Amino acid sequence: MLFISQSVTHKDNYVKLLIKAGMNTLTDSIGEKVKKHGSTREALLPILQDIITEKSYISDMDMVEVARQLDMSAAEVFGTATFYSFLDTQPRGKYVIRVCKTISCTMKGKNEILATIEEILKIKLGETTADRKFSLLEANCIGWCHKAPAILINEKPYTELTPSKVTEVLQEYIKMK
Amino acid sequence: MKNIPVQRVDLIFERITCKEIFEKVLDSSPEEIIQAIIDSGLKGRGGAGFPTGLKWQFMSREKSDEKYIVCNADEGEPGTFKDRQILDEVPEKVFCGMAIASKATGAKVGYIYLRGEYRFLVPQLEEKLEEFHKMMKQMGHDLTIHLRLGSGAYICGEESALFESIEGKRGEPRNKPPYPTKSGLFNKPTCINNVETLVYTVMILKYGATHFKELGTKDSRGSKVFSISGDTPKAGIYELELGMSVAEFVEEFGDGDTKAVQVGGASGFCVPRKKFNETIIGFEGVPTGGSMKLFNSSRSMYNVLHNYLDFFAEESCGQCTPCRVGCQQLLHGIEAVKKGEKSSKYLDELVKLAGTMKIASKCGLGQSVGNAFRSIVENFREEIIY
Repeated sequence: MLFISQSVTHKDNYVKLLIKAGMNTLTDSIGEKVKKHGSTREALLPILQDIITEKSYISDMDMVEVARQLDMSAAEVFGTATFYSFLDTQPRGKYVIRVCKTISCTMKGKNEILATIEEILKIKLGETTADRKFSLLEANCIGWCHKAPAILINEKPYTELTPSKVTEVLQEYIKMK
Repeated sequence: MKNIPVQRVDLIFERITCKEIFEKVLDSSPEEIIQAIIDSGLKGRGGAGFPTGLKWQFMSREKSDEKYIVCNADEGEPGTFKDRQILDEVPEKVFCGMAIASKATGAKVGYIYLRGEYRFLVPQLEEKLEEFHKMMKQMGHDLTIHLRLGSGAYICGEESALFESIEGKRGEPRNKPPYPTKSGLFNKPTCINNVETLVYTVMILKYGATHFKELGTKDSRGSKVFSISGDTPKAGIYELELGMSVAEFVEEFGDGDTKAVQVGGASGFCVPRKKFNETIIGFEGVPTGGSMKLFNSSRSMYNVLHNYLDFFAEESCGQCTPCRVGCQQLLHGIEAVKKGEKSSKYLDELVKLAGTMKIASKCGLGQSVGNAFRSIVENFREEIIY
């Protein structure tokens, strides 16, 4: 597909082809998930959750395509996706960091942990690093109150954090691709 | 009062062979199983405390080809983390509890709804589920359990919101009645139990109803797994006999300077030091899904309340007005009083609003915001104002 643009006159076709190729990949990638989970309404959340695992957020195009394949309105998909705080509908980094902000973690130094992460990644709460590697968010109680303060990096919990411990954890992720 | 140690129990995490118990179960009739659970006095361990045996009985009487058994593992209440530990350490006992429930109620399909925050448990749970399904097949019992994940919505712990979520919709609670045993998941008769409740049914059938009933008090039979956090040197998960007073609890778990204990999480009650002696932890006093948070005198109860209200304002599903607007107004209200923009009398208006929310909200979330609000404002009024 990439060697098609031999002359300027073919440019329009080339763009159309590229879009089509993009759509095809999307259709296939959603199609795989539909195959795995089924095409009933019940399958919607597992499909959306798989999209998150794959690329950290659900784009408008994803929602339209999921709606098409499940034969429902895109508004329904949007309404469902935006209800759940873990189903992000705006671009996020490969690693989404969620800092627990509920009372036990707050009491045990959550703000200090948050400030340390902000300083290391040079982003503020709610932001994503320029290389789309990390996003920094807050979450309500993640169920580690006895080992506060705690954070989640994607699905992995890190507990009993101190500024130095969270620095160590982040360094590991920074080294990873 | 001082020297009575808090009674430790070991039922939930005790390692047992589920196969033996389930063989016994297969030889019993549904009525016998249900009677044993009713006799034990077991009440739901998720917080609401509905008698488990009765729930199973209602469900068993429903005539329907499709029935479901659902395990509520959407443990979202701030300060609760015991279900995570149970699913991590003894998942086969949870599955066994679901199998017993399916035998008693006639359900052939089960769902476990696990909160998204516990996604890291999925690989090991799937592995154990596969083993379990093999065992069911060997023993000739027809039950398939599906594992479903939440995605960070606290409200999905409410049973009807949880059904909506499994059905692939927004997790918005339904009107009740009809209750789940009549019309639940996919509008079919559904029996929904908490993780811990299901494990207790296994232990009741192992040791007999009397053994369980001997623990605890008349209104709160048995033991309970507590999630203990906050200002305590012994934060963690403990299985304790029900019916102790808050004073006994603090004696065991406090740091010597405990000024308040929040029993039952953000939707529970705040017990101040002066009421420690008279308050029983159990259904006759302060009920709890297991969350126990201790606060010492270095903590501002304004910050605690603010944190809880911020939590509710975010987690309210927004479907009904009393809860959606009420949570926001309570939050803005205490901020305004703290800043001096409103007089202290305004707190009385807010307490009335919390009362209205209790009556007018559609589900347990809006109805219980007032619990923490009233108990903190009434007992720590000066900390909210100054």
